[in-house]
Amino acid sequence: MSEKKLIILGLIIFVVIVTFPLWYNRGKAAPAPERILTDKAKAAKVCVRSTDYMKAEHMQLLDLWRDSVVRQGTRIYVSPSGKEYNMSLSNRCLDCHSNKAEFCDRCHNYASVRPYCWDCHIDNPKETS
Amino acid sequence: MLELAIKGSKRYYGWMTFLLAVIGAGFLVYLWQLDFGLGITGLSRDASWGFYIANFTFLVGVAAGGVMVVLPYYLHDYKAFGKVTILGEFLAIASVIMCITFILVDLGQPMRVFNVFLYPTPNSVLFWDTIVLQGYLLLNIIIGWNVLEAERNNVHYQRWLKPLIYLSIPWAISIHTVTAYLYCGLPGRGFWMTAILAPRFLSSAFASGPALLVLLCLIIRRVSSFDPGREQIQSLAKIVAYAICVNVFFFLCEVFVVFYSQIPEHMDHFKYLFVGLYGKGAYVPWMWASLTLMVIGIILTVNPLTRKNEGVLAVACVLIFLGTWIDKGLGMIAGGFTPNPLHHVNEYIPTLPEIMIALGVWAMGFLVLSALFKIAVGVKEEVRA
Amino acid sequence: MDSSRRRVLQLLGLSALGLSVKPVLNAFAEEAEQQAQAQIKRGENALSAQQWAMVVDTRAFESEDDFAPLIEACHKIHNVPVLENKRHEIKWIWTDHFHNAFPGKAARFLSEEVEKRPFLVLCNHCENPPCVRACPTKATFKRESDGIVLMDFHRCIGCRFCMAACPFGARSFNFRDPRPFIKETNKQFPTRMKGVVEKCNFCAERLAVGQLPACVAASDGALTFGDLYDPASEVRELIRTNFTIRRKQTLGTEPSVYYIV
Repeated sequence: MSEKKLIILGLIIFVVIVTFPLWYNRGKAAPAPERILTDKAKAAKVCVRSTDYMKAEHMQLLDLWRDSVVRQGTRIYVSPSGKEYNMSLSNRCLDCHSNKAEFCDRCHNYASVRPYCWDCHIDNPKETS
Repeated sequence: MLELAIKGSKRYYGWMTFLLAVIGAGFLVYLWQLDFGLGITGLSRDASWGFYIANFTFLVGVAAGGVMVVLPYYLHDYKAFGKVTILGEFLAIASVIMCITFILVDLGQPMRVFNVFLYPTPNSVLFWDTIVLQGYLLLNIIIGWNVLEAERNNVHYQRWLKPLIYLSIPWAISIHTVTAYLYCGLPGRGFWMTAILAPRFLSSAFASGPALLVLLCLIIRRVSSFDPGREQIQSLAKIVAYAICVNVFFFLCEVFVVFYSQIPEHMDHFKYLFVGLYGKGAYVPWMWASLTLMVIGIILTVNPLTRKNEGVLAVACVLIFLGTWIDKGLGMIAGGFTPNPLHHVNEYIPTLPEIMIALGVWAMGFLVLSALFKIAVGVKEEVRA
Repeated sequence: MDSSRRRVLQLLGLSALGLSVKPVLNAFAEEAEQQAQAQIKRGENALSAQQWAMVVDTRAFESEDDFAPLIEACHKIHNVPVLENKRHEIKWIWTDHFHNAFPGKAARFLSEEVEKRPFLVLCNHCENPPCVRACPTKATFKRESDGIVLMDFHRCIGCRFCMAACPFGARSFNFRDPRPFIKETNKQFPTRMKGVVEKCNFCAERLAVGQLPACVAASDGALTFGDLYDPASEVRELIRTNFTIRRKQTLGTEPSVYYIV
């Protein structure tokens, strides 16, 4: 095979490009952002579910919320503790977590996820201007 | 066999580079559309579909037209077409790829397209359209590729292909029927609401598809040592002749029903297209041009003297291809949306960016077509040598 | 390709498929668990009906000015943008001439007063909606609980089949990002994003908290809203005692908006 050298060179270049993020950041890991709560969120102590649950499953919870509000028209969420919540991202979640940039965005950026929630949902329901 | 597609003459490479450049330009404009939204097109609240869907509809026809070489060969054992069936199948592949791309560029939220499969909705014709189009693409890839490979290796193609080949024939009919059903089942759209829409689509498909094939055969004969054959070209030409006659006949049936009944909801769209309505008539010259092109096409292909002259036949095929494109592409969609359901006339005129994106999609289809035909012709040359 | 290599590849493919099934099964198990703990219910004040319907008393409106507060109320609370370019226009509720609102129903010589008067048009929330039939993703759907034809903007792929299917021109498409064109944002209600279709939602979000639709509330009694299948409802009373028409009734879509002419 006359192209042997070319093929091997190509493979090497390919491997180098694919593994670039690994060796470029070798040894270092970007630190995970800290959770920052507003005073109101701190005062409430619990979210609609336990903190661990919310950390791991908030996207599934929001998915369930949007389906039941938009499609079934059922808008009240009764948490396991028996407390009732109006299922609304802007009007409920952001009521306590009004610091979207600190609370939502930092972690989403860290995890490199770009949820399109804010294309439609108002991200600053409390801002008066 | 893929290696055949990358070994070619300078002219071949030049052509492919040109196509890539057009695709690139179209893609850049598409990125703009993705960023801005479909507002860069001429579409509106009233004409919610336009140039993309028009080209999609027309190309479904070209894809279905491929069956016109498959059917005589496999069902009627018309041996002469054995030489060109692969061209029909490969044309179908390229056309369906263009169709799917036209649908994708028409979507407002293309990244959500898999919702169609995530939430399958059997009562939506669009759901069935995605299924039949992808099925047809797959069938033609499997059949075309394996039959060609068998020909290259000088063996008979695999036995299990036969049922697939038979399946592909009604499937070709189905893709265009379902595409017509997208339109003709909508209440309140008088222009499309006619049972003859699917037959009309098919007749126009069986004219435009084989007309393109005739042209491609003539080109292949020029640029390669493979001759698709005079008999084959003549048989295709007869198919074009019959189909374009039937197409114009179906159109006249529609004209009779609409103008004899004088029901305004059906008539106003025809008036808009052919004479203009409330002083607006951007499509009037186009529609008359389309009709004229098709009629000249009929004269040239039905008359044996002109049909047998391959130079004249080539001209006739170009006319028929253009005529059916205007008729089924341009007029069919814009005419259906004007006047709108509230009887306002808000004309749809495609914009330059929209046309650039469409050209990019066409170039992509021709890129696929050129590569596939290069392979097919390469195999034919090899086998003959 | 040599057959043992092919076999190995096939096995690899199958095992990959097998592995990918497990997380899916786990997800289902978790979802079941979550349902067991939390509950979802309707709000206590929510209004309910078998099929919401509207009666428009067209006699109460004489000019565009009479309609302006209704349209304004709707478009304001729903963050409907105002786009100058007519092609990109978005509207949920608007007015048109009699012969446009009711094509085919206008006599050659019409009472002068009807000919001049504007008529209110909006989504008819048909009982047999062609848009719902056309949608390939169920992004637009007829809500079983109360018959409202709704949009799920999260799911819409922007194919615009529903716009072709609607015989009333009730639907608009976001040809560009609508946000810069909303004068005053109602922060309680989401906006839309580019590339999705939108239309009147019969104020589903207001009905859920016990309020009548915004246009009805702003109409000073000229619009009436209620359950079409409750013989004692106000809309049924009006339909019983007045001559009403509906738009394009011959198409069989069964519009739920009735007009007293």
